Amino acid sequence: MATGFHIVVCGSLVPDPLQTLEPVETPSGPGLKNEMMLPSVLDPWAAHALYEAAHLAGSTSDSKVWLVSLGPKARLQQLMMNIAQKVPFELVALDGPAGGFTDAYEVAAALAGAIEKIDGLDRSRLLLFGGRSSASRDAGVTMQMVGERLGITDQFLAVDKLTVQDDGSLRVLERIEGGMYLASGCEGPPAVCAWSTGELPEPPNNPQVGMQNMRTIMPALQQAQPAAVGAEGLDFQKVEVPQQRRDTKIVKDVPAEEIAREIVEWLRS
Amino acid sequence: MSAVKPETAKTPQLATLPGDDVRQIMWRFADRYDLQMLVQSVRAVARGPVARLVAEGARNTHEWTEEKNSLLEAYDSAGITSVFLEPEYGGFIAGPKNLALALAAFELAWVDGGAATGAMAGHLGLSPIHEKGTPEQKDEYMRRFSPPQPGEDRTIERSAFALTEPIPYVGVDTGVLGGKVSVKEWKEGEEPILHVEKRGRFITNMAFANFVSAAVDSGDERIKGSCMIILEENDPGIYDRGTATKKLVHQLSATSDPVFSLDVPASRIIGGYTVKDGVIIPNYSHGEIIDSVFRRTRVTVGLMTAAKLLSAVEPVVRYHRGRFRGGESDQPGSPRHQLGLQQKQDALHRLVDIWATGEASASLGFAAARLFDELDPLDHRREEIFEAHDIPAGRKAIRALASRSEPAIEYVRLAAKPEDERDQARFQELEANELVQYLTKNALADVLCPACKLWNTGHGANMMREAVSLMGGYGITEDCPGFLPQKWMDAQLEATYEGPEAVQRRQLSVTMTNEVFLAQFEEWITEMRHVAGLRPGSGACTLASAMDLWLWTLRHLLEAKDAHGVPLYKGHRQGVTFPMADALCWLLASRYQIMDLIELEEKGAENASLAEALPGYGAFYTDLCHVQAAAAGGEVARICSSLVFGYNRHPCWTTDGDRVYSDSELTVLENVMPGLCSCIVDVLDEDGSPPVKRGPCVRFDGYEPFTLRRGKLDGCLTGSRMAKDNAALALTQVTIPEALDYPL
Ligand SMILES: Cc1cc2nc3c(=O)[nH]c(=O)nc-3n(C[C@H](O)[C@H](O)[C@H](O)COP(=O)(O)OP(=O)(O)OC[C@H]3O[C@@H](n4cnc5c(N)ncnc54)[C@H](O)[C@@H]3O)c2cc1C
Repeated sequence: MATGFHIVVCGSLVPDPLQTLEPVETPSGPGLKNEMMLPSVLDPWAAHALYEAAHLAGSTSDSKVWLVSLGPKARLQQLMMNIAQKVPFELVALDGPAGGFTDAYEVAAALAGAIEKIDGLDRSRLLLFGGRSSASRDAGVTMQMVGERLGITDQFLAVDKLTVQDDGSLRVLERIEGGMYLASGCEGPPAVCAWSTGELPEPPNNPQVGMQNMRTIMPALQQAQPAAVGAEGLDFQKVEVPQQRRDTKIVKDVPAEEIAREIVEWLRS
Repeated sequence: MSAVKPETAKTPQLATLPGDDVRQIMWRFADRYDLQMLVQSVRAVARGPVARLVAEGARNTHEWTEEKNSLLEAYDSAGITSVFLEPEYGGFIAGPKNLALALAAFELAWVDGGAATGAMAGHLGLSPIHEKGTPEQKDEYMRRFSPPQPGEDRTIERSAFALTEPIPYVGVDTGVLGGKVSVKEWKEGEEPILHVEKRGRFITNMAFANFVSAAVDSGDERIKGSCMIILEENDPGIYDRGTATKKLVHQLSATSDPVFSLDVPASRIIGGYTVKDGVIIPNYSHGEIIDSVFRRTRVTVGLMTAAKLLSAVEPVVRYHRGRFRGGESDQPGSPRHQLGLQQKQDALHRLVDIWATGEASASLGFAAARLFDELDPLDHRREEIFEAHDIPAGRKAIRALASRSEPAIEYVRLAAKPEDERDQARFQELEANELVQYLTKNALADVLCPACKLWNTGHGANMMREAVSLMGGYGITEDCPGFLPQKWMDAQLEATYEGPEAVQRRQLSVTMTNEVFLAQFEEWITEMRHVAGLRPGSGACTLASAMDLWLWTLRHLLEAKDAHGVPLYKGHRQGVTFPMADALCWLLASRYQIMDLIELEEKGAENASLAEALPGYGAFYTDLCHVQAAAAGGEVARICSSLVFGYNRHPCWTTDGDRVYSDSELTVLENVMPGLCSCIVDVLDEDGSPPVKRGPCVRFDGYEPFTLRRGKLDGCLTGSRMAKDNAALALTQVTIPEALDYPL
């Protein structure tokens, strides 16, 4: 009997954080200035989820990882040139907007629909991974809704550590306030894990892994189905960005304590 | 972040700095995901560990330190070491790899040229074996060079390339080898054991190379001519790595002056040997091997300097915009706050020139790399192709090949015609003829490689100085963002190693007169006029006129003599041939830049994520092309005029005085033909004395074809400064990231 996990990671792109982000009105509603041209990265929380998934799959035999991504197809392709080299996975792509003005309900529906269609996915062994949050679409509810749609009720929404116990059950550490962890036990899959930062660093690029992944990624991109998640019909009366001040400062040879002190000072001012 | 505001701009604007999707189209790897991944992978190393080392001051030592050595592992794990290898040896790119290596070097040099050199020098050391090695040599050394496969317990072996020797031996001139190979022991029926004495100078990777490809000459009558030979660190004798070179540049590569005194089996002669009448005859001389190696690796070096120029744009824009922020009188939102030094036209214009040069040199370099990818399969089967077409081996091949240039020229002419206007059957016949294909591509490669090495690095180094000066005092400190001053110095090495500028000029002065190349060049003139019709603002017309002027001048110089009756276009007259080589480079770079613009506009439309930005890129790149074409036109005009007239004797009053009119003669003539006097420049006074100047003005009799072309070219500069103004405006509007994506 197969014992490994089938891990599905939901994650898409967000603009590279070094870019200047400026909201503007576009013909199709609010958006970011030059949104389609800004270099993008894998949403950081989803990226943690992907690295954790690959690590878990690598240490549990007979496991497999899928990455389900909803985003503009051409941008996803660019993103894959980097991400595909990090860890082995199979891509399921959906072609649609991935900006800050999509609707989490629609996105969850599209993702769940795509997951249901994955060939050979054993839902009894399914671990549904994603980010607890997103750098650009921060409703913080998407993973919950995808889980609900797939009928998975064991949900952990701020995971930092997932350990598989000897008896096959899962022990999950979730972040809660005050720097504390909530420790939970779960009999086993299926379960939803929306990750905080996890514990793994970004794996270095390995073109060999990339070449292997690309065999399935390119066809997946070509076959990407359109997904209507732009909250069509919705009329944005007014869009306001949170009051935010962004100061970018490049420092060299400054100890961490000093940086921390400066940040506190900045927050106080 | 500002509040939501409607996008009102109507004219296409350059929105952001060009990203990967733009570059993939321009440099033609949009359908090569292996290369796209390579770029990402190398970039992560360049802007990660490499940049951190530079920022931490690792360049301030000459020695090969632990921390510098750690880069080797970063290269290995990111696939940089194995780019060069075939998949059977652990590589991940199948087929020719010139474009792949070019992209890898470009990405590394975006941050640090020494890192690029160090990573590429391993390939350089292996190249002689790759190009000309015997199957056994290839198998052995490729395998050792490759990263260990799963289950293998070994470390990667690294290589170096040892050609240059202590003075007075090999430098620019590679013929005078001091390194010697002799027979140490030759037992009947056994492989001879050779003794190699070689001293190297400035040999890259020597601090850790496990084996070396060394150039040596025969020091024994039982060995004929020169060869390249593989030396290993464990061979009996001396393998002294030498002391580190006190380089002022590229400190992230390891350079030293090694000494070798080793005994090696004759099977180490690269490409093998035969024995005839008791004499070992290497299958390839060192010259043949280095030619086939350098013609590929020099393109990569040219791209290193291109990367530096393009990498300078963002830090300069950021510095200029922020120059006055935070001052007492600073008012956020004011032009001074927003634009800073970008309010000054000169700062913008100079950056436009830097950017245009960077684009043109990248376009030229990547075009050359792609051409070598096309040529490689033919080149590696060259001997077979020659044999099939009855081309004799050795020196006789040169004459035989010259007699085959006609069908190649015919092919070039047919290829330039639309399908319905040419003899299609003949065209297809020639296209299927491998010799014709080889001759056509080879003629071009023989020009593009030295042109890219020469112009990208030499002119590139000059333009890096411009970039440095745009950063003010900051520009000459270690703290300058983007490592610009280091890059300026580094560019000078790129102009020097693997054959300095003089070598490239020398090669060009021969290869650019090949009629198969000139036929292609001629067709490009027509092509550029056509492009000008479709893209009037691109400078294609300016370029076509400059190309026409250059071609006329070359043909003129090939026949012309100086005032002493001595022919002008001769190998030793570098004062004639070298400037013509320089002028050609400007034209080539500008042409390939325009070709990349066309590619972007045509293919960019197919890329959904570019749809919105494409008009802005198109407009900006059109202006940049125009700026560069005008600069090329100016250079070409200056050089051609000085060569066409510079070797003539100036007329003087004593011998050419009869060409001068006297005042009274003119009065009569003016009555007969009113207005005539306005054409006359030299007039004798009433007392018959000449005006105070060197002699009568030069007349252009016989030079009308030149003066017409020159006049036309001058006129063709129309609009080019407007283009520069447009490009300058774009620099003030383009969005740049908040910070550089590598450390300072
Ligand atoms: C950091 C570094 C790394 C290097 N790595 C390697 C390596 O890995 N392997 C290797 O083999 N070599 C290497 N080299 C050597 C490099 O290739 C030589 O320095 C270069 O070829 C020039 O030779 P030279 O220094 O002897 O110059 P010279 O031969 O002395 O030439 C000096 C100048 O004289 C003029 N000149 C000379 N000959 C002519 C001519 N025929 N016509 C017109 N002008 C002429 C030119 O202006 C030329 O630039 C490296 C050098 C450096 C600095």
